[in-house]
Amino acid sequence: METLFFLIVAAIAVICSLMVVTNKNPINSALSLIMTFFCLATLYVMLEAPFMAAIQVIVYAGAIMVLIVFVIMLLNIKSEAGRRTSHALFMGISVGLLLLVQTWYLLVKSSLSSVRGTVDSAMISKVGHTELIGKSLFTDFLLPFEITSILLLVAIVGAVVLSKKKL
Amino acid sequence: MDTIAIPAINLAVIAPEVVLSVVAMALLLINVFVKSEQKGYLGYLSIAGILGTLLMLIPAWGSSVEGFSGTIIQDNFAIFFKVIFLISAAMSILITDKYLEREGCNQGEIYPLILFATVGMMLMASGTDLMTIFLGLEVLSVSLYVLAGFNRNNIKSNEAGLKYFLLGAFSTGFLLYGMALTYGATGTTKIAKIASYIAMNGVSSSNLMLVAGMILMSTGFAFKVAAAPFHMWTPDVYEGAPTPMTAFMSVGPKAAGFAAFARVLLVALPALKPEWSSLLWVLAVLTMTVGNITALYQQNIKRMLAYSSIAHAGYILVGFTAGNAVGTAGILFYMLSYAFMNIGAFAIIILVGKKGEENSNVSDYAGFGYRHPVLGIAFCIFLFSLAGIPPAAGFIGKFYLFSGAIQAGYIWLAVIGVLNSAASVYYYLRVMVFMYFKEPTEDFEWVKLTPAFVLCLLIAVIGVLVPGVLPGLFLELAQKAVLM
Amino acid sequence: MVSLNFYLVLSAILFAIGTIGVLTRRNAIVIFMCVELMLNAVNLTFIAFSKYLGNLDGQIFVFFVMTVAAAEAAVGLALMIAYFKNRESIDVEDMNLMKW
Repeated sequence: METLFFLIVAAIAVICSLMVVTNKNPINSALSLIMTFFCLATLYVMLEAPFMAAIQVIVYAGAIMVLIVFVIMLLNIKSEAGRRTSHALFMGISVGLLLLVQTWYLLVKSSLSSVRGTVDSAMISKVGHTELIGKSLFTDFLLPFEITSILLLVAIVGAVVLSKKKL
Repeated sequence: MDTIAIPAINLAVIAPEVVLSVVAMALLLINVFVKSEQKGYLGYLSIAGILGTLLMLIPAWGSSVEGFSGTIIQDNFAIFFKVIFLISAAMSILITDKYLEREGCNQGEIYPLILFATVGMMLMASGTDLMTIFLGLEVLSVSLYVLAGFNRNNIKSNEAGLKYFLLGAFSTGFLLYGMALTYGATGTTKIAKIASYIAMNGVSSSNLMLVAGMILMSTGFAFKVAAAPFHMWTPDVYEGAPTPMTAFMSVGPKAAGFAAFARVLLVALPALKPEWSSLLWVLAVLTMTVGNITALYQQNIKRMLAYSSIAHAGYILVGFTAGNAVGTAGILFYMLSYAFMNIGAFAIIILVGKKGEENSNVSDYAGFGYRHPVLGIAFCIFLFSLAGIPPAAGFIGKFYLFSGAIQAGYIWLAVIGVLNSAASVYYYLRVMVFMYFKEPTEDFEWVKLTPAFVLCLLIAVIGVLVPGVLPGLFLELAQKAVLM
Repeated sequence: MVSLNFYLVLSAILFAIGTIGVLTRRNAIVIFMCVELMLNAVNLTFIAFSKYLGNLDGQIFVFFVMTVAAAEAAVGLALMIAYFKNRESIDVEDMNLMKW
């Protein structure tokens, strides 16, 4: 039952991501991408990561995609005139297929780490996923968390410098 | 409700980064109150901040301190690289001010952005967790995208910024996928734990997930250090970006990429050495050859130096392939001297250029050596060093890189490196031929030297000649900073 | 429980589709969306590993990837707007001011 549900969601995700790549109109691409993000959020719930699912919807599908759709509207981009040169097309598809074959081969021939952590379903349902993430973020990964504040500051300054009307 | 036990935080480890970020944030605030003709003073303030950071680093030399539950370390290796980053940032800031005035985009935000980029590089050099390295890399890259497109009324600069952004984000995808697979294969993102897991469980080349992770991470890093065949963005971005930023980009970020790359390969994945050294062998040969051969055909001097910087990444990869103490010390020494010679050369290019940079073709340098004898000699010193001719520092650096390769048994790699180095002499000499043996074609605009430029050139000349003539001290420092 | 390999294969497929998109599309915004698709594929890998390894490091990593994606989106779209103002196009095949 769970596998069936996974397969349905996965199929929708793959179809939507193919539409991102093939659609000529950027707005349609953006909408398909949002659909893919929702499918991924569903999968995160299945993987017992409800907090990640929530921020996937809020941050990705919400904030980032709204920004992208806004810019597409602002620039009033028409549909693409044509494809890239056949040379680029060939390169792209061959690199993509190569990656895929490589990953397939890799899955057959490799093993996951044998060290198992302490976080399991029982713990997640008892303590709560958000609390676990929060604890980890403010203890073990405090430094990376602080670095993101610098990163966001740089992004704000950069965006202002590049697009402020009069400096 | 139970409280969270915050683990011991060792603020001393990140003190240099904190100081530099605080200076950058203060500059952002001060910038609001400074009139546009006086933005240059912000540059001097940022240099003061950099000097302060340098002073904090020096007493830390010789110790190795970890902090923040193993996500960061301050050891000799990190300190050596941090000094390179700080020097290159300071030298680039010295030549930024007049350039921005000339191009009419004198905005004070450029100085905080350079400082933030430097903070990103410092985090990359000292990060011991894949997350720290990744976030440091992103702080660096996001600042660089903006710096490349900083001259936003110039269409070439726009194009450079956008190209760099698209390809940089693309390469980030590969780097991340590699990190994800490494995490899956070892169950951790901490570099020390990855190494101990591999050592304990004896997995190495048999586990393809780990190998694939290593290859994908190498691809990501190769993009960042501009190694062939992932170098395509380099010439366009270097040509289009504002010249002081090109100088900055060609030194610091490259060194930062190599620092993080070295830590990942040498500390986390020494078990995969047979795999990664053969991968790097191919990368090194390709990078050197493609860089040098394409540089032979360039008319634009910024593009020529872009290809030459690709070739230099190749030489450094030679030392990397060797993976022994001599090769690694060679990398450190070479990066240090490369910072001086490359920024020096770019400083001269800025002096010769006009608004809109019409004077960036090699033929524009006709007669330059007679019009400005002192500048001509300085430029020759930088070019000699880039070509690897003694007594400049570039020669000693190359000597160590190649002898590291020979010691590790890669005779052919060293031979190819020496041949490449010989070929590169041609295009550096061509500039000198124009400078001294060709009549000037047009009236030369008088080069306006400011004290800041003089200081930058002076530092660069000293930095090229002193390690070249007296390499002992610097090599000793580099050997103490080696990761093994 | 769904096997880990299902998730890994799905994310590999999404990653490959994203890569193909980046290399074959001409519109800079669509290329950026394809990069986002690649990053999401990586996120799925991280979360799947995190679940099957029973430690949260992977999910923390995803948290940071999302932050990075947001920062890149802000700067990237600003660059595109700056470029569009001067060029009236964001087609990457038009980015040919500098060649050889």
